[in-house]
Amino acid sequence: MPTKAEKDAVTGQQIRGHAWDGIHELDTPLPKWWLYVLYATILWSAVYVVLYPSIPGLDGYVRGTLGYSSRTELADRVAEAQAAQAGFRERIAAADMAAIAADPELAGFAAAGGRAAFANNCATCHGQGGAGRPGGYPVLADDDWIWGGTPDAILHTVRVGIRSDHPDTRISDMPRFGADALLTAQQIDEVTQAVLALSNRADDPAQAARGAAVFAENCAVCHGETGQGNPELGAPDLADAIWLYGGDADAIRASIALPHAGMMPAWEGRLDPVTLKMVAHYVHGLGGGQ
Amino acid sequence: MTYVEDSPVAVEAALSTKAQKRQPLYAGRVQVYPKKVSGTFRRIKWIALVVLLGIYYAAPWLRWDRGPGVPGQAFLIDMANRRAYFLWLEIWPQEIYFLMGLLILAAFGLFLATSLFGRVWCGYACPQTVWTDLFMWVERLVEGDRNARMRLDQGPLTWAKAWRKGAKHGIWLLIAALTGGAWIMYFVDAPTLVRDALAGDLTAKVLFFFGLFTATTYLLAGWAREQVCTYMCPWPRFQSAMFDEDTLIVTYQRWRGEPRGKHKRGQAWEGRGHCVDCNQCVAVCPTGIDIRDGSQLECIGCGLCVDACAGVMDKVGLPRGLITFDTEANQRARAAGRPLRYRLLRPRTVIYAALLLVAAGAMAAGLATRSAVDVTVQHERNPLFVKLSDGSIRNDYTVKVSNKRHEVRGFALGLPALPGARLWAEGAAGEPTGFIAIQAQPGTVTAFRIHVVLPATAVPGPGSHPVAFVLTDLATGEIATHDSVFVSPDR
Repeated sequence: MPTKAEKDAVTGQQIRGHAWDGIHELDTPLPKWWLYVLYATILWSAVYVVLYPSIPGLDGYVRGTLGYSSRTELADRVAEAQAAQAGFRERIAAADMAAIAADPELAGFAAAGGRAAFANNCATCHGQGGAGRPGGYPVLADDDWIWGGTPDAILHTVRVGIRSDHPDTRISDMPRFGADALLTAQQIDEVTQAVLALSNRADDPAQAARGAAVFAENCAVCHGETGQGNPELGAPDLADAIWLYGGDADAIRASIALPHAGMMPAWEGRLDPVTLKMVAHYVHGLGGGQ
Repeated sequence: MTYVEDSPVAVEAALSTKAQKRQPLYAGRVQVYPKKVSGTFRRIKWIALVVLLGIYYAAPWLRWDRGPGVPGQAFLIDMANRRAYFLWLEIWPQEIYFLMGLLILAAFGLFLATSLFGRVWCGYACPQTVWTDLFMWVERLVEGDRNARMRLDQGPLTWAKAWRKGAKHGIWLLIAALTGGAWIMYFVDAPTLVRDALAGDLTAKVLFFFGLFTATTYLLAGWAREQVCTYMCPWPRFQSAMFDEDTLIVTYQRWRGEPRGKHKRGQAWEGRGHCVDCNQCVAVCPTGIDIRDGSQLECIGCGLCVDACAGVMDKVGLPRGLITFDTEANQRARAAGRPLRYRLLRPRTVIYAALLLVAAGAMAAGLATRSAVDVTVQHERNPLFVKLSDGSIRNDYTVKVSNKRHEVRGFALGLPALPGARLWAEGAAGEPTGFIAIQAQPGTVTAFRIHVVLPATAVPGPGSHPVAFVLTDLATGEIATHDSVFVSPDR
């Protein structure tokens, strides 16, 4: 027998049957507008489940009749970006470093692309912005270049690396004056002072004078008469203020006795030719390019 | 209803509990059929409508020549290029605070007007009121005056009713479309937009906003009408904060009108009030309220009931002013027979006026002292400094010059406070010098990578040193500066 629904006096709504300690609950119906919006969303989801990827399985998922996938969307966007860049990349591939620098459009593109590639590949050793790291990672932002700072020289260094496995890799062969006993300890001390004297920092001028002869015999052939360096051989400038492994007497003595042999990977083959040019352009533009 | 002295709101007798139980909590919408009225305030309302709508529709078509390559519309907010144009002013996004200033001015102006004259904004100037008034005029034109409309709505669906309703809604949609289009014209060049629309070449964005504003105009002015004022708008809710007892509001002179009742020609006026209960004040009210109940939230202060009652008073040979703009203080004074006082200058209004003047002055000063060039300097973070082969220290900066003129301008950039400093711009030829010349592109921000080198002897000690970059216009001598630092290695 259906019971007559009791209605609340004040609001006119039905009252649910149960009472909690004499307190009744109103059975107010859901607002119509809300209800219809809910139905609309149910309808929407039914359509959505059919059209778009929806139900996951153990080994895959229901793909949906529209064939949408966020991965293909990403791939499309990447392809779009690459297509947009294609013109620039072709032009850079065809141009040499001087031509890239001369064209403002290419130069801007190359600088931006070079910065991105540098951050991904080079910054781990050379630091962000080419700031260098202690322990023999050269500062690329300054104007001191071991192997030459022209855009072509930089490009070549990036391509072949230093002491890498590339057949044309750059190798600087500094003799191990101390480890191979080519010079006596005293000679090494003297030539250290001579090297310091090149930048007017000698502690002992007398030793420096004696060391000058040692320098002329052993060092000048690579480092030059006045220690100005030789980028073709990778011999650093000994007369300037920049020292890769330290510029005090102990560091110089250690370098002469047992030269550091720093390594840089060869990037040809790891990065495409266009990226290599862009990186070289960027490094040259850090402020110290020649 | 009983009349209680000194109370502006009539107090209703308490309902019996049985009667209370029958009162539903939900009040359905009662359709309002405002009647046509003529009089002073109706005329003022028409003038306000024509002027405001005229400004709204015509302003986008005003032209202002700013030179080639720059939009030639007097009022334009160019979202794509992030510029706002108001006559001779060109506002960049960095100056968005002018918009804030404008809103503050509008707010204080509104507060001042409301505290002086009541809800004049609501009754005469608010877009909702203006467009609803326009739509109601169209409705009266097509369907007839109040009684005709009520008969039409209550009657069956005939051909006459159908074509009238259709015509009305058609005209409403047309006005709404023009309104939506005009809105878009403030953001897109007007002639271009019309040309594109006629060619069928509108972007999805334009179509969306056009549709949106057409829909909202049509729905709010045609369908929602007074419901916006009563339920949606926050202004009436804090009108109690804007009003005080010296604010001019639409008032029913209860002391004169009560007790009310029907009046036959020739009857005496002793022992009764002047209100003849004609209900014309209710009939003409756009929000459908009875002003005789007192000051209430729904009253938008349009004063049409004043005009209606004045007309009736003229007919029965009584002085006007039974419903009029008056202050509550004066209401009580009239009832008690005390002298009247109109206090326009009171702390509230003076403070609002002062704040308005201060805000306006600040805006004017800001606009007058705008410079046509701005420079920002960002110090390179990696590396902070570079030691060069001759021992000197180099710091790198990104200098951005905002050139607000529409011509290429040459500037000299230097650091006069750092003696011995030499600069060069990345990519520029030539030796570093104390001051370098750079060219800023017109109407945009140009970025330069600047290198500053100091010889080892001129470095002012280890660490970071504040320096100022000075940018000088080579043609006019205008100067802009920005502070930065020069970092040298900690020994």
